[in-house]
Amino acid sequence: MEKYWNAAAEKMSRDEIHELQSKKLKRTLERVYTNVPYYRAKMQQKGILPGDIKTIDDLEYLPFTTKQDLRETYPFGLFAVPMSEVVRIHASSGTTGKQTVVGYTAHDIEIWAECVARALTIAGADNTSMVQVSYGYGLFTGGMGAHYGSERIGASTVPTSSGNTKRQITLLKDFGATHLCCTPSYAIYLGETIRDMGLDISEFKLKGGLFGAEPWTEGMRAELERLLRLDAHDIYGLSEIMGPGVAVDCSQKSGLHVWEDHFVPEIIDPDTEKVLPAKSNGELVFSCLSKEAFPLIRYRTRDVSSLNYDECECGRTHVRMSKPCGRTDDMLIIRGVNVFPSQIEQVLMELGETSPHYMLIVDRDGQLDTLEVQVEISDSHFFDEVRKMESLAAKIRAALQSMLGIAAKVTLVEPKSIERSEGKAKRIIDKRNLY
Amino acid sequence: MLIKQLSVFVENKKGRLMQITKILAENNINMSALSIADTTDFGILRIIVNDPDKAQKALSEAGVTVKCTEVCAFAAPDKPGELHKALAYLVDEDMNIEYMYAFIGKKDSRAIVVVRVDNPQKAVEVFKKNGVTVVEASEAYNL
Repeated sequence: MEKYWNAAAEKMSRDEIHELQSKKLKRTLERVYTNVPYYRAKMQQKGILPGDIKTIDDLEYLPFTTKQDLRETYPFGLFAVPMSEVVRIHASSGTTGKQTVVGYTAHDIEIWAECVARALTIAGADNTSMVQVSYGYGLFTGGMGAHYGSERIGASTVPTSSGNTKRQITLLKDFGATHLCCTPSYAIYLGETIRDMGLDISEFKLKGGLFGAEPWTEGMRAELERLLRLDAHDIYGLSEIMGPGVAVDCSQKSGLHVWEDHFVPEIIDPDTEKVLPAKSNGELVFSCLSKEAFPLIRYRTRDVSSLNYDECECGRTHVRMSKPCGRTDDMLIIRGVNVFPSQIEQVLMELGETSPHYMLIVDRDGQLDTLEVQVEISDSHFFDEVRKMESLAAKIRAALQSMLGIAAKVTLVEPKSIERSEGKAKRIIDKRNLY
Repeated sequence: MLIKQLSVFVENKKGRLMQITKILAENNINMSALSIADTTDFGILRIIVNDPDKAQKALSEAGVTVKCTEVCAFAAPDKPGELHKALAYLVDEDMNIEYMYAFIGKKDSRAIVVVRVDNPQKAVEVFKKNGVTVVEASEAYNL
């Protein structure tokens, strides 16, 4: 028997969705046109007034929003409400040193909690459940996002945040957590550590969980479910749109339902920017319908996915997006953290003690992502003492840690040993096979 | 005169050291002393050759990262306690050794010790003052 958190919303007819989206889009457009000069200018440039948009079908006439727009309006230029109404700020990595900053009103937090509540209900949680949130709490949306959803359904919420794996396991066991929220790679790591500690998984009470913030495969799902003996659901989100909970997969596990009463997804050809028909692969674009503080219109996520409007066995009417199967930019997700090669280039340029040529090698050690940055030394900063070369590597390592928020191994390599290619340089070797 | 030692950055991968010895061989460079400092990812090859300027040019032109560093060398009788004595003179003058390497000379049974310090000229003076035999550059290049 399928359970719903909000059956009326999750099972509304396609006509009702169409009508609701049209109404909400018009309202959102009027607000951004009035309150956000940057959006107003963009719309004027295209010769569009909010009144020109009659239904959700007119969405394709609106300009896109990109990560570049977020950088140009850093930090609060796209906020559509006065700061007095903003109750929360989150941030994620930008393409360079500046963070991508997002804001929420109290109502936005309510909607976010509602979306995560729907996801937790799918994973089998309710007010008798114990939910351990092992996503990081802080500027990252994962921890707080899952937390508010868990409190919304009335579950006992354990905000362990990330790290300290042995303590995580002790609490999972001693408190008898029924549900877990974290990145899939960390969940597998927890499972392996439980096994390595000689504990028996049958002594745990885990039943379900929401896992996201990084791409993962069906193979990883099978492994995670086997190790932790729970029902694992894929939760999708991005801070620009809200955070985790924009979409989640149901009991059918064949695509993630996008909560269309709050977000409209589109798939476009990343080169022509034309909207593609259902089931075609392309770049996923989202427009926010309900958000007040940071309602992005046609935000280009750079995730590659497709949309499936077929009826779902679970009874939910909301469109399903396929698991993201790639990126249209060079962003990497390492241990749940967004990493852009341009950030690494910036660190090297600022230090100025090596050449700006580098190669990123991303791999998995067990279930944990590893990042190695190979940097070409420069003749002017080659010392014949090992000590000085090692301190150069340590300095780069510290600067990268501070910029990216994750540890990287720095390997010094000979000048001109990194392949130069004409046009777009090949900067990344990703050995993880995530897509 | 101080000895010109060449330091070469060598990535820790198969065949890399051989590529460097190949360049030296092709340019008819003879090595009189060699040492490698190794770390996990890279090594620093230090060599004393018969023609340091020519060797540096050949390596540079082949795209190898090479640096010329001045070092000093002394000869110690091949007997217990001789190295210790020489080092003690440096310590007495508050000098710190960055690295050193030693080998046995061909002509007699002296040990030749190459020393890298911050101020090699001063080290030479300390050795001379205390009667330690300093190896001249011209001699070092043709050991």
